[in-house]
Amino acid sequence: MAGHPTLAPGNRPDEDAPGRGGAGSDIRAEPVFTAHGVTKVYRSGEVEVHALRGVDLELYEGEIAVMLGPSGSGKSTLLNIMGGLDRATAGTVRFRDHDLTNASERQLTRYRRDHVGFVFQFYNLIPSLTAWENVALVTEIASDPMTPDEALELVGLKDRMTHFPAQLSGGEQQRVAIARAIAKRPEVLLCDEPTGALDSKTGILVLEALTRINEELKTTLAIITHNAGIRQIAHRVFTFRDGRIAETVTNATRAQPSEVTW
Amino acid sequence: MAVLDRKLMRDLARLWAQVLAVALVMACGVGTIVIAVGAYRSLEETRAVFYDRYRFATVFASATRAPLHLKERIAAIPGVSEVEARIVRPVLLDMPGMAEPATGFAVSIPDRGESAVNRLYLRMGRLPEPGRTGEVVVTEPFAEAHRMLPGSTFGALMDGRKRTLTVTGIVLSPEYIYAINSGDMVPDPRRFGVFFMPRAAMAGLFDMDGAFNDVALRTQRGTSLPAVIDATDAILKPYGGSGAFDRTDQISHAFLDNELAQLRAMAAIIPPIFLFVSAFLVNMILSRLIALEREQIGLLKAVGYGRAAIAWHYAKLTLAIAVIGTAIGALAGNWLGRGMTRLYAEFFSFPFLVFRQSLDLYVIAAGICALAALAGAVRAIWMVVALPPAVAMTPPAPTRYRSLLSGASHMVGFFSQLTIMALRHLLRWPVRTLLTAFGTSLSVALLITALFSFDSIDYMIDTIFFQSERQDVTLIFAEARSPGALQAVEALPGVLRAEPFRSTPVILRNGHRERRLAIAGVPEHADLSRILDDDLNALDPPVAGLLISRHVAQLLDLHIGDKAEVELLEKDRRVVAVPVTAIVQNYVGLAVYMHAGALDRLIGDGPRLSGVHASVDPLHIDELYAAVKRTPAIGSIALQDISRVRFRETIGENITVMTTVYVILAVIITFGVIYNSARIQLSERARELASLRVLGFTRAEVSSVLMIELAVIVALAQPLGWLLGYLFAWSVVKGFESDLFRIPFVVDAATYATASLVVLSVAVLSALIVRARIDRLDLIRVLKTRE
Repeated sequence: MAGHPTLAPGNRPDEDAPGRGGAGSDIRAEPVFTAHGVTKVYRSGEVEVHALRGVDLELYEGEIAVMLGPSGSGKSTLLNIMGGLDRATAGTVRFRDHDLTNASERQLTRYRRDHVGFVFQFYNLIPSLTAWENVALVTEIASDPMTPDEALELVGLKDRMTHFPAQLSGGEQQRVAIARAIAKRPEVLLCDEPTGALDSKTGILVLEALTRINEELKTTLAIITHNAGIRQIAHRVFTFRDGRIAETVTNATRAQPSEVTW
Repeated sequence: MAVLDRKLMRDLARLWAQVLAVALVMACGVGTIVIAVGAYRSLEETRAVFYDRYRFATVFASATRAPLHLKERIAAIPGVSEVEARIVRPVLLDMPGMAEPATGFAVSIPDRGESAVNRLYLRMGRLPEPGRTGEVVVTEPFAEAHRMLPGSTFGALMDGRKRTLTVTGIVLSPEYIYAINSGDMVPDPRRFGVFFMPRAAMAGLFDMDGAFNDVALRTQRGTSLPAVIDATDAILKPYGGSGAFDRTDQISHAFLDNELAQLRAMAAIIPPIFLFVSAFLVNMILSRLIALEREQIGLLKAVGYGRAAIAWHYAKLTLAIAVIGTAIGALAGNWLGRGMTRLYAEFFSFPFLVFRQSLDLYVIAAGICALAALAGAVRAIWMVVALPPAVAMTPPAPTRYRSLLSGASHMVGFFSQLTIMALRHLLRWPVRTLLTAFGTSLSVALLITALFSFDSIDYMIDTIFFQSERQDVTLIFAEARSPGALQAVEALPGVLRAEPFRSTPVILRNGHRERRLAIAGVPEHADLSRILDDDLNALDPPVAGLLISRHVAQLLDLHIGDKAEVELLEKDRRVVAVPVTAIVQNYVGLAVYMHAGALDRLIGDGPRLSGVHASVDPLHIDELYAAVKRTPAIGSIALQDISRVRFRETIGENITVMTTVYVILAVIITFGVIYNSARIQLSERARELASLRVLGFTRAEVSSVLMIELAVIVALAQPLGWLLGYLFAWSVVKGFESDLFRIPFVVDAATYATASLVVLSVAVLSALIVRARIDRLDLIRVLKTRE
């Protein structure tokens, strides 16, 4: 990615890790997300699966949160609930002044449309739309979007705008997905294994795009990953185990995406 | 059960809605084969058995009055095996409880023993005793229409007097399986019946002692019929022979032939449509299933299942669908076939008519259905066979799309990205899009084919009864009369206007083409029975020359200005060349007209009248009926109003049954095509649609992607369906075209609209069923899985 602007360490908004309970930098004084006692029980047939067993969590504006943990530990379930794709069985989840726990299907759709961006492991681009059109898909319905060109420029793909997904590499596809997610200027970007399907070199490009957005747009980032190396770019790292947050670590210093070891 | 077979059962159970949709389309194909071929066989074989056992004649002829000894000469014609010389007379009947006179055919039977030809099947009672005058047996439909049983009586005008006839038995005759009076368009057993009397009694009544006026004969197998016809004509010529003819010109036989031809056409046209559509649907479903099971197939291959075993697994799935379709089709076909046979029994009088259920028919239908299904599956199965296991277990490459127009930004504002998604998807699989549209268009076409009959029949009724044949009654004299008969008819009570006509049997010839038909001699300035040109303008007969109907013109390849050869059958069999001066419009029979005076001059026996068309004051119609019943000179009567009502009722009933069936068929095709197409799109695009939901698009917006695609397909299908429907309707009109009748080709705009509306409604309904599934899309599961 020659010519892609990299961010100098000093440019980052703050080197302080946010403290539990709202401490730290003033830009994070108000939590963006507040989760209290969130439990999620799936019933599949006669089996009850307890995916979340009482999770408390707050995320702050401009924060990068990395969620680690084995499969089935509940991190994806929490992300889905935060993103309005799923509902908690008990507990409360708030996004600023929106109560997501009791929101209707219509309200959740509205919430996704206006406030949240998603990035998935398998990109989920629309194969029949070009890169530009995949982004335009969102800008057409958002209230204050950037232009697709701007969004694609942010992920360094301005020159690939007219390509269809089938004509792009995996990393490029994921960056289009990120451009699509951020084009609406979401307050929060939820990424589920964004680099899971990518090799290290491409993965770094994707992480760079994500951190750049966090810095330039003050977007709160929640990243689920199996790759422990990615924890180094986070402000805080949550480790999930058996439906609970087992450990929360605040990074004293954060690494550049390019320093992440795979 | 092998594990793969368990998978098969579960696949079938899981895909039940789609499997059923395809099976129903197949069932239509199988069902129509069973109905059409079954009914054809029933009718054909029953007719053959009836003809054979009851010795239906092969050659028929009539004369004015021929001495009985000619019978031996006719029997001596080489090839003739049996001869029956008979007396056949039209008579007016006075049926109890019926104001209007009915027309009867009185036919003589031997005093003792059975007829040599055209034997009677005695359904009930006994044959008349030769000694007792006034005993008759009547045909079954006539008896049923009047609730007559042995012992019932009715009045007949014979020998200038009203006689009371006693029914001794109820019979069926191979000669009158389809019994229709001249002037009627459909049989009306209430107003037309045939009865049989011993020869001696009839000869006495009609002054035909030692004479006959009708002969029917059977020939040996392999005999040249034209030679027998010529020989018969030569013998009967001096006795007013009006030309012998074979079965093709025998009314009852010709109608049956016509019906059989239509069944053959139905068997040839309708089932292939359904089998084609089901092959296409099987292809669509199986291709998708195999795409989804790509990795499973790879795994099966990896663990050592052979190509043949896996191919056979999917072939079995296809065959299972075919078996379900065949079973439904066979049951429905059997049920409808019986219904159709019952409908036939109303028009065709057979001693027995059962729907033929031969095993081979079902085996053939099942085989054809299975072949169609496999033909649809073959490409998808080949993909399975050709897939190397290592490749199968990796996900397929992402679908490549081409840009619709070029590129991106200038499309904005014109089409939304959702619309672009829908359109690109359609263009990505153009063959599938076109075939889906084509399948849908077939339903539109089927509906037009069914519905246009109403337009045609309405037009036909309007033309015949309100533009052309505008008389209220037609009185046909038992024998040709002098012009004074017109005044006699005018003097009858209630008659407002009367127009005479003369009718004479001829053979019309052009080169080697010829037809037996009647030339009608008509007066100038006729206002009741009018000759119409193609634009429905009334034509006056020219002083010389023939006006021939379009159908006759086509049959004999005659054009205006050509000279047609007219062989007069009535008198001296003279052959004259007469120019064709106009081609006229006509739907029933083989119409040829001439100026009455010119026809009289041509025949050369002075002015004669065969009958009179009359308009009648409706207030005095009963008085007219009563007077006609007292007038022995009148041989038969045709009543336009009753004919029209009966025609509309009967045809209306038939068309309603047929339309209902066609609508059901069209609904099944539409549902099968649209539902399956939508389900497959949903399966292919679940991930995309889920992505859209995640991005914040509402359910309605997400559904719109599929709905736009379906809408484009359904919209494409309409003009194509109209065109196909027009062609189908045209081929139906051509298929019905016979010497007996033709149907005008009229398709109203409303018919196209109705067909489209029905298809649109079914399409919307099918789409809504699939929409409910889009609303239930499990976003998380869809997005977290690899395609």
